[in-house]
Amino acid sequence: MLDLSPQDLEAVRLSLGIAGAATLAALPPAVFVAYALARWRFPGHGLVNALAHLPLVLPPVVTGFALLMLFGRRGPIGALLADWFGIVFAFRWTGAALAAAVMSFPLMIRPIRLSFEAADPRLAAAARSLGARPLWAFALVELPLALPGVLVGAILGFAKALGEFGATITFVSSIPGETRTISAAIYALLQTPDGDAAALRLAGVSVVIAVAALAASEALQRRARGRE
Amino acid sequence: MIALDVTWRRGDFSLRCAFESRARLLALYGPSGAGKSTLANLIAGLARPDAGVISLGGDIVVDTAQRIFLPPEKRRVGFVFQDALLFPHLTVRQNILFGRFFTPPAERRVEFEPVVETLGVAHLLDRRPRHLSGGERQRVGLARALLASPRLLVMDEPMAALDRPRRHEIMTLIERMRDEFAIPMVLVSHSGEEILRLADEVATFSDGRLTALGAPAETLPGASRAIEGGRFDVTSVLRAPSGVVEEAHGVTRLAHPSGDIVVAARLTPGPARVVVRATDVALARSRPETSVRTILRGRIVSIDKTDSPLAFARLELVGGEMLTAAVTRLALDELGFAVGDDIFAAVKAVALDERDIGA
Repeated sequence: MLDLSPQDLEAVRLSLGIAGAATLAALPPAVFVAYALARWRFPGHGLVNALAHLPLVLPPVVTGFALLMLFGRRGPIGALLADWFGIVFAFRWTGAALAAAVMSFPLMIRPIRLSFEAADPRLAAAARSLGARPLWAFALVELPLALPGVLVGAILGFAKALGEFGATITFVSSIPGETRTISAAIYALLQTPDGDAAALRLAGVSVVIAVAALAASEALQRRARGRE
Repeated sequence: MIALDVTWRRGDFSLRCAFESRARLLALYGPSGAGKSTLANLIAGLARPDAGVISLGGDIVVDTAQRIFLPPEKRRVGFVFQDALLFPHLTVRQNILFGRFFTPPAERRVEFEPVVETLGVAHLLDRRPRHLSGGERQRVGLARALLASPRLLVMDEPMAALDRPRRHEIMTLIERMRDEFAIPMVLVSHSGEEILRLADEVATFSDGRLTALGAPAETLPGASRAIEGGRFDVTSVLRAPSGVVEEAHGVTRLAHPSGDIVVAARLTPGPARVVVRATDVALARSRPETSVRTILRGRIVSIDKTDSPLAFARLELVGGEMLTAAVTRLALDELGFAVGDDIFAAVKAVALDERDIGA
């Protein structure tokens, strides 16, 4: 089962890279939005909440289509980024990472928000009465206390990014070596005659990665809790 | 010096008060919901007044008319919470040093060692807050606030969650902090005992309004009765020069001008202050022969009858100190006590002196 072909290995490497990049990219905004939803009262609170959760309820193909419209070569944002910064998403691995980040965003927000809500808001007030500006109070008190939730959010997001298929294939297609992740590779293999054995190998690999991610999250959470 | 004139509204409740105080320790006193905690939060910057001015030591920290609102981190007002509110993810040492880290070096007037020693937290430094008892937590909370070198220390019912021995321990520490670190303090409390012992000025509140401001002994006896359950909190403070420890019986005999005060503990040398609860005082016309060893002589200067079965007799003891006794109206009538009568007061269960605990 472990004699993976070079193409299989390529897909595994791409998947891990794309999911990792997606998680790293989505985590800071997810922490920010989760904190804002948990702590602040502002006009449009409900709208932000709905927007953040939209990718969860929309058909992934629609999300991929929306990304294509916005971030494609001729999309308003895509054209801007390409012209000014040379960042291209369309049919690149970066596009796959963007699609995975957008799809995993709502999954990350929930546990992070819950852990911010669980912490006593007066702890931040205590930090400020001791001279800490709001950003310091956040960095030294609120964020460390929410760390278990942030870890759960990151692991969930990573798992989701790893398995993301619909939005990715709509946005950046399935280009071997560029955007063909494990999921896309399995799908492609199933379309070819005699691809079943190879598909099964890749499926096994994704099970191993998923279990490892879960175990890592458990271990990290236990450590975070032990420090309290 | 604190000077303020503020209005704060939420729903049906409104806090509106104006006063100024130069006290070393100002107490804010009143029943729950009277607005005293809100006022403490306004002073520290943890709440924002709807209108008004607050100045601390001559610096304006809030002036709504001029749109001035100094955030809490710029006020240098230490805050001690009722439940200590230590940072659970940090050790005691990290908690204590938190404020110091944010204090500009030039303004670090309070040093680590004396605070740790005064508050007796040296053996706790490497522990996490969840492994501390309630009293230990509160001591760490006090140390944390002190080490930020605040120009004012606000304490919001720091002893409310503690049992009686721990309360006395914390009172002792607050007294030491007041005297050793010379930081003005504001204490929110609904305990007359705490205020009589610690404060040199008290502002009493009822329903969001300031009802009195003055020296605790004059301000509180009347006010405390209006408050539910307050009568058991009415106390008097007596001062005596250094006492003599009688080793055979393990007691300390303090020479008070009106008679010897016997404290059931070995006090360390030095002037002592003794807290006496009004309900622990019995009155007699002649020197009573009972198991009570502390018999003080004085004269009744006022009798305050209430609708309740208890009345309050104010005694001027020989030497001039005042002592309040809570006795039943029945006893007053049957024994015929009247203003001007010379009297013996048997003081039972003299409450702990401050010095025997921390020492």
